Amino acid sequence: MTEFSAGPAMDPVTLAVLKGRLEQIADEMDATLYRSAFNPIIAEAHDACHGLYDAVSGDTLVQGKSGLPVFVGAMAFAVRAAARVARERSGPDDPHAGMADGDTWLFNDPYEGGTHANDFKLVRPFFRDGKLFCYLASAAHWHDVGGAVPGNYNPAATECWQEAVQIPPVRIIRAGVLDADVLAILKANTRLPDSLWGDLNGQLAALELGVRRLHGLLDEYGDAVVLQAMGELRSRAVKLMRSHIATLPDGRYSFSDILDNDGVKDEPLTIALDMRVQGERMTLDFSRSSPQCAGPVNISRATAIAACYVALKHLFPDVPANAGVLDAVDFVLPDGLVISAARPRPVGGYTETILRMIDVIFSAAAQADPTRAVAQAYGTINALSIAGHRTDAARKGQRWVMFSFFGGGHGAHSGGDGLSHGNAPISTATIPPLEILEAAYPVRFTEWSLRADSGGDGQYRGGLGANYEIELLEQDAEVFIFGERGKSAPKGIAGGGPAAVNVFSYQNNNEWKTPPMVSKMVGIKLKKGERVRLQTPGGGGYGKPSARLQSSRERDQALGYVTAPALAVTKEGA
Amino acid sequence: MSTPTGLVVGVDVGGTFTDLFVLDEASGSARIVKVPSTRGEEARGFMNGVGRVADSAARIATIVHGTTVGTNALLERKVARTGIITTRGFRDVLEMRRRDRPQTWGLRGSFEPIVPRHLRLEVDERVLADGSIHTPVDLDQVRSQAQALLAAGCEAVCVFFINTYANPANERAAVAAVRELWPNAHVTAASEVLPEIREFERCSTATLNAALQPVVGSYLARLESDLRAQGFAGELLIVQSNGGVMSRQTACDVPVRTALSGPAAGVIACAAIARSAGCPNVITGDMGGTSFDVSLVAKGEAALAAQTSIEFGMVVRSPMIQIETIGAGGGSIASVDASGMLQVGPESAGSNPGPACYGRGNMRPTVTDANVLLGRIAADRPLGGGLLAAMDADKARAAIEQHVAQPLGLDVLAAAEAILTVANAKMAGAIRVVSIERGHDPRSFAYMPFGGGGALHVCAMMREVGVTTGIVPRYPGVTSALGCVMADMRHDAVQTLNKGLAELDIADLRQRITTVAAACQQRLDSAGVRFEQVQEVIALDMLYAGQTHTVQVPLPVTQASQISAEVIRTAFEAAYQAAFGRVLDGIAIRVMNLRYARIGVRPKFDLAVLAPTGAGSTQSSGEQQVFHAGRWWAAVRYPRLDLPVGARIDGPAILEQPDTTVWLEPGFHATVDAFGNLLVKPS
Repeated sequence: MTEFSAGPAMDPVTLAVLKGRLEQIADEMDATLYRSAFNPIIAEAHDACHGLYDAVSGDTLVQGKSGLPVFVGAMAFAVRAAARVARERSGPDDPHAGMADGDTWLFNDPYEGGTHANDFKLVRPFFRDGKLFCYLASAAHWHDVGGAVPGNYNPAATECWQEAVQIPPVRIIRAGVLDADVLAILKANTRLPDSLWGDLNGQLAALELGVRRLHGLLDEYGDAVVLQAMGELRSRAVKLMRSHIATLPDGRYSFSDILDNDGVKDEPLTIALDMRVQGERMTLDFSRSSPQCAGPVNISRATAIAACYVALKHLFPDVPANAGVLDAVDFVLPDGLVISAARPRPVGGYTETILRMIDVIFSAAAQADPTRAVAQAYGTINALSIAGHRTDAARKGQRWVMFSFFGGGHGAHSGGDGLSHGNAPISTATIPPLEILEAAYPVRFTEWSLRADSGGDGQYRGGLGANYEIELLEQDAEVFIFGERGKSAPKGIAGGGPAAVNVFSYQNNNEWKTPPMVSKMVGIKLKKGERVRLQTPGGGGYGKPSARLQSSRERDQALGYVTAPALAVTKEGA
Repeated sequence: MSTPTGLVVGVDVGGTFTDLFVLDEASGSARIVKVPSTRGEEARGFMNGVGRVADSAARIATIVHGTTVGTNALLERKVARTGIITTRGFRDVLEMRRRDRPQTWGLRGSFEPIVPRHLRLEVDERVLADGSIHTPVDLDQVRSQAQALLAAGCEAVCVFFINTYANPANERAAVAAVRELWPNAHVTAASEVLPEIREFERCSTATLNAALQPVVGSYLARLESDLRAQGFAGELLIVQSNGGVMSRQTACDVPVRTALSGPAAGVIACAAIARSAGCPNVITGDMGGTSFDVSLVAKGEAALAAQTSIEFGMVVRSPMIQIETIGAGGGSIASVDASGMLQVGPESAGSNPGPACYGRGNMRPTVTDANVLLGRIAADRPLGGGLLAAMDADKARAAIEQHVAQPLGLDVLAAAEAILTVANAKMAGAIRVVSIERGHDPRSFAYMPFGGGGALHVCAMMREVGVTTGIVPRYPGVTSALGCVMADMRHDAVQTLNKGLAELDIADLRQRITTVAAACQQRLDSAGVRFEQVQEVIALDMLYAGQTHTVQVPLPVTQASQISAEVIRTAFEAAYQAAFGRVLDGIAIRVMNLRYARIGVRPKFDLAVLAPTGAGSTQSSGEQQVFHAGRWWAAVRYPRLDLPVGARIDGPAILEQPDTTVWLEPGFHATVDAFGNLLVKPS
C-alpha cells in the first residue's frame, strides 16, 4: 500500500473532520448516480457503489454509506484488476504503469473483480501534480448485458458466456474522450441499449463529481494531511475490529448450511464454516464447503471475501468501512470450491451464495456470543424476470423485460423480534412501488402482503416474509426465477426456530405448479390471465420458544402474523 | 387583517417556551411575549400567552400559529384509533414499506405501523395502471368494513385503493359510502391527500393524515372556542410544512401538512430577515438541545423537499421546507470509541437530564459542557431567562476530563476545544449537504443561526464553510413566531400524468391546471384574509423514458395557455443539464407529475420595527475569560439588545441577550444594521 507519512499520530480533531469529508465525497457520488440512472435496480434498489482506493494496493480507503454493502469489499479487487491490465499493457518505463490522467477503465469480469457480470466497474485514476494519488471507482448493476436470459439471471447457465457478455478491463474514456468503438460494442450486447447508455452516463457523471470534490478537499487541507488521515482511518478500523474480536470467547465455532441446488443438477451444496477466535484474531475457514459446481451459484474468491466483510460489518457496525476491517481476519478459501470458483464457471447467482455465507457467519458467531449476533435473514433475493413483446397497435413487437428482487423477513435478535419485509443484508435496496411496475409493464399484482407463519418461533420471533402474486396482462410472456431457500429454511439462533421455506409457483392450464428445481427455473410460459406467486421466507427466531411472552403470542395471533396455535414442543433450530 | 388597526400575533409552541410575536400594524411596533409551554395541553400555554398580548383578545385581528401538536402525536403514538379500507390483496402496504431497514449496518431494526394489521380491511375493487376499471368497487363490502372498523373503536378511517392516481372513481365512490355512515368528519381519501403514483408513500401520508385529524382537529377547535370566548373575532391561521399558511379548516382536513409547521415558520422568517439585510442567499442553522437543522434559501426562496420521514417508515410526502437534521445540539454527548476516535452525538443528553453542568445526573460531557468550560457561556448567567439556576462548571470539567481528555491524552481545555471542533465540523457538513449537493456554493451564501444555541458557533461555521457574512437576527429565540406573522398563504397540489412528452395532451394539461388553480383559490378564499397579490408556480416532474427518478422542471409561463410541447422540452433539457451536466439525445422524454402551487402574498411589514430605538449604549458589562485556539482571551462583554444601530464590536467579545449568547471570535467583528441584526464579518 501507499507509504503514509510517518511521524506523530494525527491530531484526532482533524482526523474526525476529514473522515466526514471523505465519506461525503463517496456519498455524493452515490447520490449522483441514483438520481440519473435509468434502470430501477440502480435508481430504486441502489445496486451500486462508489469509493476511493489506494494508489498502490487498491485497498479500500473510503466508501460511501449509501452504496450496496457487498461492493464495499469487492471494489478493491476490481481496482486491482484494472491496474493489473493497465500494467501489462504499459511500457517498462511508464511511471504510472499504464494509468493516465483522464482515462476511465471499464469491465465486468466477475472472477478478478468480484460479484457478477451485470455489475460494471468503472475505475478512474486520480492524479495530483502529475502523480497517481488514488483511484476513484464506481460499480453498478446494468439491466441487461446479453446472455441467454433477459436480465442475466440464468439459473441454467453452465458457462459464463451463457450468462452475459464478458468485457475485460478496457478504456471507455481515453484522455477525457469517450471511446465510441467500445460504446458500440457495449450497446450491441444488450437488449436495452438506452438503459445501458443512461446508466453509463450516470456513472461517468458520478466519477467526474468525485474528482472535482477530491481536488477541492486536497486544495483545502493539503495532500499530505489527507493521505495521513486515510492511513490513520485504516489503522483505527483494524484496532476497533480487533477489540471487538477480543470480546468473543476464544474457541472454534462451526456451522454449515446448504444451497438447494445449482439450477443444473438437483443436489444440495454445502457452505461450511469453521470460525476460530483466538485473542484479537479471527480465522474464517470455509474449506469444508462443496467443490465448484456446474450451475451459476459459484462465486469467486473476491466475492467470498466481500461477503465476509458484510457479515462482520453487520456484527460490529461501528467499525469504519475501509480495508482495515479485514486486517484482523484470516481467510482459508482453498481454490476450486463453490466459494472460490474460476472462469468459466457461471457466477450469475452470486447473491444466493454470499447470503448463505453471511448466514453461516451469523450462526457461528451466535455460538460464540448470541447477544451480539442476529438470526439468519430470509436468505434469497428471488430474482424474477418476466419478459415478452407488446401486442398493442402502438407498440407492436416492442420487447419488455420486468426484472426485480423481492424481500423477506430479518432474523430475531437479543433485543426483539426481527423486521418484517426487509431488504437483503447485502444491499440497502428498496423495492420499486408496484404502481410503478404496473405502469411500466403489462402486469397486475393480485397480492402484496405479509406472509403469516413465515417467521421462526422463539423468545423473539423472526420477521415475516411476503406474498407477491402477479398476473400477466399481455398475450404471452416468459418467466425466469432465480431463488433459494426452497428446501432449507433460514435458521434461528440460541434455540430459536427456523423460518418458513421459499415457495415459488406458477399457473399453467389452470393448474398451480412448482419448478422441479424448487425456486429456480427458466422459460416458464405464461399466458394472459395466468399468474406467478412468490412466498418468501421470514427470518429465524432467537431464544427458546418456551421463553416467548404469552402476551406476544396473543398479539401475533390477533394480528394474523401467526395463524396456528403455538405447538407445545417446537422444533428447535439446527 | 380584516381590521387594519388590529394586532397580528404569531404563536410558536415549542418544547419549553411558547413564543408570541405581536405586531401592532397601527403603531408600527412589535413586541415579544414568552410564556412556559404546557406539554400535552398546548392550548393552555397558548391561551396564557394570548392573555398577555392585550387586555382583550378582541384587539387581535389575526393569529398565525406554528404547531408541533401533530408531529409530537405521531412520535409519541398518541393518535386516534384509525382504520384503513383498501384494495383486496394490499392491506399490508403500510407495514411492508418500500422493503427497507433503519440502518445500513446491524440488522436490528423494527417497525410498528401507526395502524395495526387487524384494523386494515380489504374490499373487492381494482383499477389498472392505465386508469381502466378492472373490478368495480363493491360498496356493500365497503359499508360493512366501515361498520367493522367502527365496532373496533376506530375514530378515523383512511380509504386507500391501488392506482387511484390514474383513476380515483372507485375510491371516490367508496369514500362517499363511508362518509354517509361515519359518525364524524374524520374520513380521508388517499387520492384527495396525494393523487401521486407510489402506493406506499400515498398510503402512509393519507393514513397519518387520518390518524391526525381527530388530534389536530380537536386541538384547533378548542383553541378557536377559547379564543372566541375571550372575544377574538379574527382569523386563526396555521403554518404548513411548505412554509405557507392555511385556514383552520384546511388544517383540520389535511393535518399531515403541519408535520414541520414550527421549523418551517423559522426558515420563512430567516429568509425575510436576510432579504431585508441585503442577502437573498442564506443558509439557516437552528441549533437546539439534540439536533441541528439546516435549510437553504436561494434568491429569497426556501428550498422545498418532496417528502420526509417523521421516523423510520413514517413517511409524509407533501412539499415541505427542506430541512437537513443532524444529531448535533447542545446536549450531544462526546465520547471516544475503542479505536481512539472522538465522536460527538448523535446520542444526546437532551434537556433532561441535560449536560453534565446542569447537575441533574448526566455525567458524560456534552457540547454545552465544552462551551461552559471554555468560558463562552458564563456558568452564573445561563440562557433561558431564569429557567436554570447557575450551571456547575466543575461538573463540566470532570466529565470532559474523564471521558475525552484522558482517553485522548489531551489537556482538559484542549479536549473541550476538540469537542467543539468536531461538533462544528459535523454542523458544517450538514451545511455542505444542503448547499453543495444541490449545486450551490455555500461561500456565496450568508449564514444565519437561530434558536438558542446557534449564535455561539456563528464564527466557527463561517470559518468551516468559508462564509463571509453571518447574520444574527435580533431575536433568534423567537424566529419561528416571527415567521408566522410573515408567511404567505400557500397551497400545493400534485397530479400524476405519466405520459411520454410526444403523446401528452396539451389541452388536457392546460385544463388540469385551470381546475387545480380554481381548487387552490377556493382554499385561499376560505381563510378570509386579504392578499396583496396571488402568484402561481407551475412545474412538471420529468425524466427520460426508462428512468425512475424525476427532475423538477419549472415552466417559464405566466398562464396555462402558453404551455406547449416545445416549451416543456426546452425547460426539461435546461433543468437536466443543470442537474447532471449533460442531456441525452435520442431518448424519449416523459412527464410524470404536474405540480402546482398557488400563493396568496400577505402584506409585508417593515422589519425595521425590530430595530433598536433611541441612543442605546455600547457600554461594556464586564470582561470574560474565553479559551480559544489554544489560549485564554479577555473577551469584552456587552448587553446585545442595548447596542444601537451602527455600533461596531470587535472580537473577542461576548454579546448577551435573554434568548442567546453570541461568541465573537478574535479576527471577527460585528455591526448592528438598521433592522437590529448583527452582521458578523471577518476583520
